[in-house]
Amino acid sequence: MQPQAQPIGGTLLNRPYKIILALATLGIALIVWRFAAGLGATTALSDGYPWGLWIAFDVVTGTALACGGYAMAILVYVFNKGRYHPLVRPAVLTSALGYSIAGLSVVIDVGRPWYIWRVPLYFWHWNLNSALLEVALCIMSYVFVLWIELSPAFLERWSAAGEGWLARTARKISPWIDKSLVWILALGVLLPTMHQSSLGSLIVLTGPKLNLLWNTAFLPLLFLISCLAMGYAAVVLESALSNTAFGRPMETRLLAKLEQVAAWGMLAFVLLRLADLAWRGQLALALRADHYAVLFWLENLLMLSPFWAAFGRRENPGRLFRGAMFLVLGGALFRFDTYLVAFNPGPGWHYFPSVQEIFVTLGLIALEIAIYIALVRRFPILGALPTRPPVEVDHQEERKWLNAS
Amino acid sequence: MQLTMLPESPRSHSGMSRRDFVRVCTLAAAAVGLPGTAAKAFAAAAAKGKRPSVIWLSFQECTGCTESLLRTSHPALDELIVDLISLDYHEALLAPSGHLAEEARKKAMRENDGKYILVVEGAIPTKDNGIYCKIGGRTALELVKEAADHAGAIIAIGSCASFGGIAAADPNPTGAKGAPQVLEGKTVVTLPGCPANPYIFLGTALQYATYGKLPALDELGRPKFAYGRTVHEHCPRRAHFDAGRFAVQFGDEGHRQGWCLYKLGCKGPQTHASCSVLHFCDVVNAWPIGIGHPCVGCTEQKLAFRVPLHDTVEIDRPVPPDTYPAVYPEHAGISPTATGVAGLVGGALIGAGLVASRKLGTPNGSPTHTESKE
Amino acid sequence: MDTDRRSLLKGLAASAALTVIPTEAEARERRTAPKNAVGLLYDTTRCIGCKACVVACKEANGLPPDTTGYGDGLYDAPQALNASTKNIIQLYEEGNEHSYVKKQCMHCIDPGCVGACMLGALQKREYGIVTWDPDLCIGCRYCQMACPFNVPKFEWSKLNPKIVKCELCNHRLAEGKEPACSEVCPRKAVIFGEYHELLAEAHRRLAEHPDLYVPKVYGEHDLGGTQVLYLSHVPFEKLGFRFGTDQPVPETQQTVTHAVYKGFAAPLALYAVLGAVMFRNRKREGSEDAEPPEDNN
Repeated sequence: MQPQAQPIGGTLLNRPYKIILALATLGIALIVWRFAAGLGATTALSDGYPWGLWIAFDVVTGTALACGGYAMAILVYVFNKGRYHPLVRPAVLTSALGYSIAGLSVVIDVGRPWYIWRVPLYFWHWNLNSALLEVALCIMSYVFVLWIELSPAFLERWSAAGEGWLARTARKISPWIDKSLVWILALGVLLPTMHQSSLGSLIVLTGPKLNLLWNTAFLPLLFLISCLAMGYAAVVLESALSNTAFGRPMETRLLAKLEQVAAWGMLAFVLLRLADLAWRGQLALALRADHYAVLFWLENLLMLSPFWAAFGRRENPGRLFRGAMFLVLGGALFRFDTYLVAFNPGPGWHYFPSVQEIFVTLGLIALEIAIYIALVRRFPILGALPTRPPVEVDHQEERKWLNAS
Repeated sequence: MQLTMLPESPRSHSGMSRRDFVRVCTLAAAAVGLPGTAAKAFAAAAAKGKRPSVIWLSFQECTGCTESLLRTSHPALDELIVDLISLDYHEALLAPSGHLAEEARKKAMRENDGKYILVVEGAIPTKDNGIYCKIGGRTALELVKEAADHAGAIIAIGSCASFGGIAAADPNPTGAKGAPQVLEGKTVVTLPGCPANPYIFLGTALQYATYGKLPALDELGRPKFAYGRTVHEHCPRRAHFDAGRFAVQFGDEGHRQGWCLYKLGCKGPQTHASCSVLHFCDVVNAWPIGIGHPCVGCTEQKLAFRVPLHDTVEIDRPVPPDTYPAVYPEHAGISPTATGVAGLVGGALIGAGLVASRKLGTPNGSPTHTESKE
Repeated sequence: MDTDRRSLLKGLAASAALTVIPTEAEARERRTAPKNAVGLLYDTTRCIGCKACVVACKEANGLPPDTTGYGDGLYDAPQALNASTKNIIQLYEEGNEHSYVKKQCMHCIDPGCVGACMLGALQKREYGIVTWDPDLCIGCRYCQMACPFNVPKFEWSKLNPKIVKCELCNHRLAEGKEPACSEVCPRKAVIFGEYHELLAEAHRRLAEHPDLYVPKVYGEHDLGGTQVLYLSHVPFEKLGFRFGTDQPVPETQQTVTHAVYKGFAAPLALYAVLGAVMFRNRKREGSEDAEPPEDNN
């Protein structure tokens, strides 16, 4: 019998959760302030640096971190690696939340959000040349797709919950979702392929303002590879964190394999990057003694760090975690650098995120974690194990552990 | 017309108190920017009875430069004439006329050979051997050359004497030229202006009289202390120019507000003169821009009586104010608080991650799931 | 290797290649100025830095003063283009060398901002003038990222922010008048006219007075060509024209994007391949739910 995913259960409002909620509330309050006072009063954005933390991190990096669903879908549904299946649902949840938060960040960041609905609807005005249009439409659709991909988790729970209208509706919808799931999953692989590469094309448009260490027509491919690798590494991180937090056993072996995939992906990334740099005749830039070169190499080194963690004979979960963390840091640094460091509007302009921007970002991440925890406690997302029956979770122990941490 | 205020002949200054005399010298020095010690020097020289002889020749002129000299008050012309210099020949101011006047001139030239200050007012016609201006039967050309040969210093006062002025305006039927053009090879101090500002003359003459030296001159012979800057460079309306506020028509709102007259054809940007600092007739704002008319460039040969009054000109030696926006202005900098916060947050997150990873790796951490067969 | 995996990999590789690698797709054509294009010609040798054009632009466009610069809030003294300044004169000064330079929208022939804008709020409209439509703008500021001259400015302090930039006074053109800046210039340092005539005039000046100018008309080819042209007596980089490439800003990105999305063929193909593979995987299990089968490794 296949072990099924289960709700984790347990107390929602324990102390760590309250801290996370507080941070999320602070973030939401700051968001309200942003809308009340305008972007100029709450951010450090300027005409030289019109895109800052919220775009470079929340959207560009955040969606890469949320590529776990994409990465796992490829592994499990395209390459048919069934044993990773238990990792799919939590990954899709992380992705759905991550992309939703990224979407929310966009709504907060744009200056005239009351016209956002015109982007998908005013198709006769679409500028088909615009990379941002592609990113916007794709991400909007992908958020829907992700929640639909995740819907079986909700429908399972609701279908079994008695005879109310929710249960009946859930039971009615479930077969439809089931039948069309393949086509939805296919979209769930197509859409991120398109928009993650377009995030690369997006910054290519800034052309002469982009530092030559980063500026290449291959940026779309580099962005795609890095997002996939980061997706796998994110699954490792998320899996390790949540399993530990909820006292569940870690599937170290599986995670090690994922990290290996990520590591190979990043190796391909770094080689491709260096080859492109050489082909463009710009290798000398990487050898200068300036901050650009330093960041360039830091990105590459961080991205290759799992090679010492994921290929050992004894898979140490701590090392795995560190490897995945540094890989994710490297990938995040690459994307951050492309949008904020390599981008140079000219002398006289400076940008560093304001305190409000930082805390909005942190608040949104906290919100994501809060919703994640709430959902995995209530819905069958975590808990599936490949060959063992579901582990009995001792809630007392769990509470003790959480209160002690 | 005789000016009744003038004495019949130079009187000795024994009738004036020493204090009054020193006051006159001080005023004279101050008016032309010479140091206080100059006043003493003037007084000392005058006390020794050494008042320099001045021969003032007038040719194609309107006598405006003389008239402007008459309007000075510190020192006043009578004080100047009596106490500081010896005006031995001046056709408008001399009491005698005719042969007597010519005799006075020749005598002064003889007695002060090589020492007198020759002042030329008005242009000198050169066409047809210069017959278009004759005094006492002799052409201006002859007279000026003869006087210049024996002079200690030559000062051409006014635009006409400096470069021909209005007499030389197209088509210049008399072939009028300025003194420097006629007296080639000689150092001629030119004091262009229409009229020249009299205090510039006083400063130059007194400096020579006291120290025996002429002031520093530019390549056109103009004293740098007066002609070193353009009107644009020290114009009281310059702030309006810098801010882009211009009068566009006489009588319009901008004109009434006293805005810059550049667009009405002000020649200030190309005109070297001191008019904006030294006004005329000792009346405040008695100069063209002061009364609301653009500078006409009367000191400049290329402008005066050549370029239409209301044509605009380029700016010589433009000097933008320090506050002029730069090509790459500095915009808002980076907040140190935000940097600090970001550092803390980033550090905390990475630290937490490392701590978590260590916890995962220890035997007391969560149990690892060992799978037997895969 | 399973046959379906092999075919999958082939299909994926093909689709991925189409999707993300810039192929030798047809190079995007270089554009030329529209037939009735208008523009400006600015000559630094004639500019006296009087800023009459800055004042006139503010008046003609109803822009508020910018008192945040020097002067304790008493002067309208913008230091650069900003949300209340569509035109500015700046000063380059280095030792004895100095020049003024007028900055405003360059009305590029192949603009980066137009290539960026999702709904086409920014577009080259009549006479090739790049104008902004408030009904199509969501304030994403991608145009600011894309513009190599940092022209579009954003009203950061407003709750209903606009993108602010020179539109060649098209509201005055409609009344048969010329732009305010060129109309008011006392030295005719900036003149307005038909683009091709201005270009010819610029070359005429270069030919007549080669000693006066740097031998180049900036904007003739730069960044694909701009409808605002510059003649200068000092090097253009000193005036803040950082980029001397002839390549239009959107060229690389649009070449890559078109190569991938031409007719939407590659995405559709990829979707078909993915759907087919997933369907086949699922069918092999014969199960109704989405659980995949045991696999071999």
